[in-house]
Amino acid sequence: MHPASKYVLLAVALLFPALASNEYQVYVMATAFVWAIAVYGFNVITGFCGQLNLAHGGFFAIGAYTVGLLTSDAGWNFWPAFIAALFMTAILGFLVGAVSLRLKEHYFAIFTLCVGFIIYLLLDKWEELTHGAVGVRNIAAPDGFGLVNFRETMPVYYLVLFFLVFIIWFTGRIQKSLVGRTFIAIRNGDELAESLGINLMKTKILAFVISTTYAGLAGALYAGMIRFVGPEDGNILLTFNMIMYMLVGGIGTLFGPLIGTVGIVWLTQSLQFLEEYRMIIFGPLLVLLVIFFPLGVCGSFLTWMHRKAQALGLGPKKAKSESKVTTSDQEAKNNA
Amino acid sequence: MTTFLQQVFNGLTLGSIYGLVALGLTLVYGILHIPNFAHGALYMVGAFMSYFFMVDMGVHYWIAMAGSAVVVAVLGIICERLVFHQLRNSPPIHDKIAAIGILLFLEAMVHMFWGSEFRRMSSPFGGVMNLDGVYLREQGILIIASTVVLVVALNLFLRKTMVGATIIAMAQNREGAFLVGIDANRVAMMTFAISGGLAAIAATLYAPLNLVYPAMGHLVIMKAFVIIILGGMGSIPGAIVGGMIIGFAEAFGGYYISTAYKDVIAFSLLVVILSIRPQGLFAKGAH
Repeated sequence: MHPASKYVLLAVALLFPALASNEYQVYVMATAFVWAIAVYGFNVITGFCGQLNLAHGGFFAIGAYTVGLLTSDAGWNFWPAFIAALFMTAILGFLVGAVSLRLKEHYFAIFTLCVGFIIYLLLDKWEELTHGAVGVRNIAAPDGFGLVNFRETMPVYYLVLFFLVFIIWFTGRIQKSLVGRTFIAIRNGDELAESLGINLMKTKILAFVISTTYAGLAGALYAGMIRFVGPEDGNILLTFNMIMYMLVGGIGTLFGPLIGTVGIVWLTQSLQFLEEYRMIIFGPLLVLLVIFFPLGVCGSFLTWMHRKAQALGLGPKKAKSESKVTTSDQEAKNNA
Repeated sequence: MTTFLQQVFNGLTLGSIYGLVALGLTLVYGILHIPNFAHGALYMVGAFMSYFFMVDMGVHYWIAMAGSAVVVAVLGIICERLVFHQLRNSPPIHDKIAAIGILLFLEAMVHMFWGSEFRRMSSPFGGVMNLDGVYLREQGILIIASTVVLVVALNLFLRKTMVGATIIAMAQNREGAFLVGIDANRVAMMTFAISGGLAAIAATLYAPLNLVYPAMGHLVIMKAFVIIILGGMGSIPGAIVGGMIIGFAEAFGGYYISTAYKDVIAFSLLVVILSIRPQGLFAKGAH
């Protein structure tokens, strides 16, 4: 992606509250950003590393519940609880990853589907800890240290935006690093990656822990923003939503999760009249996407740009670098 | 002793249902290597179709079951043609995502037509037999008997008929099957039809003991996945044995450990078993 476009995006995001016609729109945008952070995590494990982790929504819920229970029942401040949520999801991510990542492909997807469901059932049934179906109320809002009041929409918007920008920056760093390249090598083939000397298990667990920590971060922010969590926040459908966000935006791309999440959240907003029936549109949309546009908005755009560059710049000077790009086509797409 | 026997009967009933659902799932997996996440939605649609035929059309239970099996079998074929066939050369992650798309769509459709409330479906076999203190529900006996009949029939179909042999051949070796001129499309459609039909029959058998609602497939499909992993993905006897393991674990666990957590038992069992044996209990070699 063109370097300038990042700053344009950032500027639009910073000015959005001024451009929005009412506070509700800012609130919706902040929610979309929270989801986007979780989807970035999903993109690390599924988009980069190629492992479909269907427990991702469960880790989001664990992050949210950690903040919820620590602030409402244990009387903690928001920020310590926030840090605790990150550690909680990282540690649980490590434990779940260490067991589940020994499994490949379908086995991994099914296993994590079950893990996600166990998380949901525990949230719903373990009443002594989680309050069961009633959910957790009176969650503390993020502490502004007397400077800002995060109970209001605008400060929360900028808080979430700050974390989102940080996450995108951090993910970009991962993607460009050697670690990020080993993730992609694993996606392209377990055996091949192993023969290159990549420690499969260690690398996969690292990707998994990064992804669950992102989910925990998003969940913690969500709890501080909505200030109520219930078992439905651990519903497997949320993971399915995240798949859609990621797929629409472009799986394995840096800006795909952002574009997909914001796009679909606003589309959902404009389809409010459909309410629970919106899946009649989104279900087939998901199917059509994987059949016809598996690269998503970002991926398709990058491929198109790439083709254009190839068609234009076939001069003798460029030919060399161009041929290099085509051999590592997939990688080039992901780095862009 | 009577409570023990009672749990054996309950375990057999549950295990039969799970086995039937897992059977359809394992058939599709064995032949097309697709973990069909939409299978639970087919099960749910099967229950609603039977409900529709029985309550709205007023036909007899058996006819409703047959009608529902046909409708869901056709639905399975449509899914195969429109979705999975198009994705046959895509990376495996696409199949899974597309299956999730189908699941979301079918659930939303049913939700739109019938709403989300829980419905009760009656059956002509509502009685209870008392055998020395062990209560045998007629519907439970029907479930066990039907499962035995269906499994035997399916086995005869696969082993003794030419059409069934092509399915087995595809499961054993894809390239080999192509080489001897087996039409892959026909086998794929047939597999989806059998799988859908079995799901609909299982749903119709189980619905009178349970309730009919749009989310009814969630737990069942996840347990079916647990079963086929336990039994080895693609293995037909494995699906039945795995179904019985989960059925018994649930019946006994629900009674002796905790009713609230009985649904967790199946998944915990899977987590424990896969932690020790990542390839599943009965898996032979790589699948």
